[in-house]
Amino acid sequence: MEVFLQQLINGLFIGSVYGLFAVGYTLVFGVLDILNLAHPAVFTLGGLVALWLVEGAHLSIWAAFPLAVLFAGLLGILLDRIAFAPLRHRADSYFSGLISSIAMAIIFESAALGIFGARTVRFPAGTVSMHIWRFSGVTVTSLQVEIVLVAVLLMVALTSFLHRTRIGKAIRAVAESERTARLLGIHVDAVIAWTFFISSALGGAAGILFGLYFDSLSPDMGRSIELKGLAVIVLGGMGSIPGAILGGVAFGLSEVMTVAITGTSNLRDAVAFTVLFLILLVRPSGLLGRGRIREA
Amino acid sequence: MSDGKSFYRIVTTVIASLALVFATAAPAVFAAQKEAKMGFALSMTGGAAAYGATQKNGAQLAIDEINAAAGQDGIKIMPIFDDDASQPQQGINVFNKFINADQVAIIIGPTLSNTAQVTDRIAQQAGVPVLGVSNTAKGITDIGDYIFRDSLTESVVIPNTIRIAKEKTGMKKVAILYGNDDAFTKSGYDAFKQALTDQGIEILGELTFAKGDRDFSPQLTQIKSLNPDAIVVSALVEEASGIVSQARQLGIPTSVPIIGGNGFNSPALIKNAGPAADGVIVGAAWNISSTDPLNVRFVDAFTAKYGNPPDQFAAQAFAGVHIAYEAITKAGSVDRKAIRDALTQIKDFNTVLGNFSFTQNREADHPPVVQIVKDGKFVVLGQ
Repeated sequence: MEVFLQQLINGLFIGSVYGLFAVGYTLVFGVLDILNLAHPAVFTLGGLVALWLVEGAHLSIWAAFPLAVLFAGLLGILLDRIAFAPLRHRADSYFSGLISSIAMAIIFESAALGIFGARTVRFPAGTVSMHIWRFSGVTVTSLQVEIVLVAVLLMVALTSFLHRTRIGKAIRAVAESERTARLLGIHVDAVIAWTFFISSALGGAAGILFGLYFDSLSPDMGRSIELKGLAVIVLGGMGSIPGAILGGVAFGLSEVMTVAITGTSNLRDAVAFTVLFLILLVRPSGLLGRGRIREA
Repeated sequence: MSDGKSFYRIVTTVIASLALVFATAAPAVFAAQKEAKMGFALSMTGGAAAYGATQKNGAQLAIDEINAAAGQDGIKIMPIFDDDASQPQQGINVFNKFINADQVAIIIGPTLSNTAQVTDRIAQQAGVPVLGVSNTAKGITDIGDYIFRDSLTESVVIPNTIRIAKEKTGMKKVAILYGNDDAFTKSGYDAFKQALTDQGIEILGELTFAKGDRDFSPQLTQIKSLNPDAIVVSALVEEASGIVSQARQLGIPTSVPIIGGNGFNSPALIKNAGPAADGVIVGAAWNISSTDPLNVRFVDAFTAKYGNPPDQFAAQAFAGVHIAYEAITKAGSVDRKAIRDALTQIKDFNTVLGNFSFTQNREADHPPVVQIVKDGKFVVLGQ
């Protein structure tokens, strides 16, 4: 029982990082119907820049975190300007956007490789002070709690942002219909830039949390989460924000439970993707159907 | 990129074959300045770059010392460093260049056993002695009678580690965690399992992880529930660091030591895992805290030159250069066969690794040590 509870916590935790990462994917997809495959590279750079701010500029993680998130958000705007905006009015913009985002992913990853080197790097010891709580055999660290809290906080902030603010409402309007939104006088290009900013900021935040928890960052770390993020948004329902969170947690739990039961990580991805496959068979629209951004 | 590579390959092949024609004619005596060419095939890029860098530092230090001491009349080492990119294919290019174009007297390296399996065959065929300074996989020296190594194999280090750990901790039942998709960690696991069975220690469970994993908490949670006396881990240093710190975070008490193989034997483990590394038991071929004057001088000189203390890879490379130089001096020429014969005669040679000899099979023979991490430092647990 204790073991089961501990595994549940392990899965819940890694799942919330997956969820946060996938929300960024799904947001862009929900608004623009395109997949931004540079998202994992932004995830990586977010983590590495936070590390640089802590180690190189000697900032505390509480200062480095928002700065690195801001940086990741700005990368998102850059991404939109370079990879997506020039292609937007072409007939095949879905496909060409996908390809140019792969190009941006390669550029970002190479930049990370050039600037930070190929080696695995770490946050210096004591970056976050760590308490360990034990309740009848179950262990939770303060870092885990903080990470889940940050993830939940960001999701809540995102949801209320989309519902309460003018820009949020404009984003939902563009998601509903870009053409109508334009006719109503919404500055669509600015709204799309905002969408990329938010999406990439969340991706960067996920990268920092990932790097903090596993205490290991490398220029190729995005690859380990890239496919999982895609699986998560398909699992949760393309374009659905609650679906991405639910999908992330479900994915994390299935991974952890597979390892726990089989004792090896070889079957981990196999089981996770089989679950995905079955869900697609039974419920092709994903767990939460097509609850799009406009309904958020 | 690929065009450039294949062009390079053609050029090296042409040069190599030309050199082969002239090779037989080249006289095997020292040039006027009495120089011996040593080829160093080390991994400066790719997966093993971290190991290659420290090996190069260790070797360079030894060369500087030897050349300074050689003075006017002594034999000087002329080193040729080349990068095998952690890949067997590139290793082949480097070896061909060393053997045919550079005409080296002896080759030191390559960094990885995986590469050595392929490259050492070329050297054996050409009759060029090779001294491996970091290969620990089984069967490397079986390639032929020109292949030597000064690195102790897992089958020497690991049984010793388990024996001493059992003596000191009284462990009776353990759990094993290892990477099952990597030749090095898998062979470490095989050696551990054999040693545990020989010592009559019960294995409660075996769990595995895959290359590139960062999250080990599911496996460690299962291990914790088995209540072992110790956890035996076969992993490379990156994964080892994650395993050690996550184990302690999950509340596996420090009274349950983590016992690691060769991959754990690096200052990087302590740097990465921090205080969680305390209590980790590691079998090793070299003991940084040995008070042997030769070793103390090496550690001081290395630290002064490079700003960080040496690790086992640096020590083995440093010792390797000295062993090769000893053989060259004894042979009195740069004739490859004479050097090979002199290498087989190395016996009770004083190195930073301890009293060093080659076995009949050209394997390293010197006492292994078992270390434990205490207050962020490796100290000797037993010998």
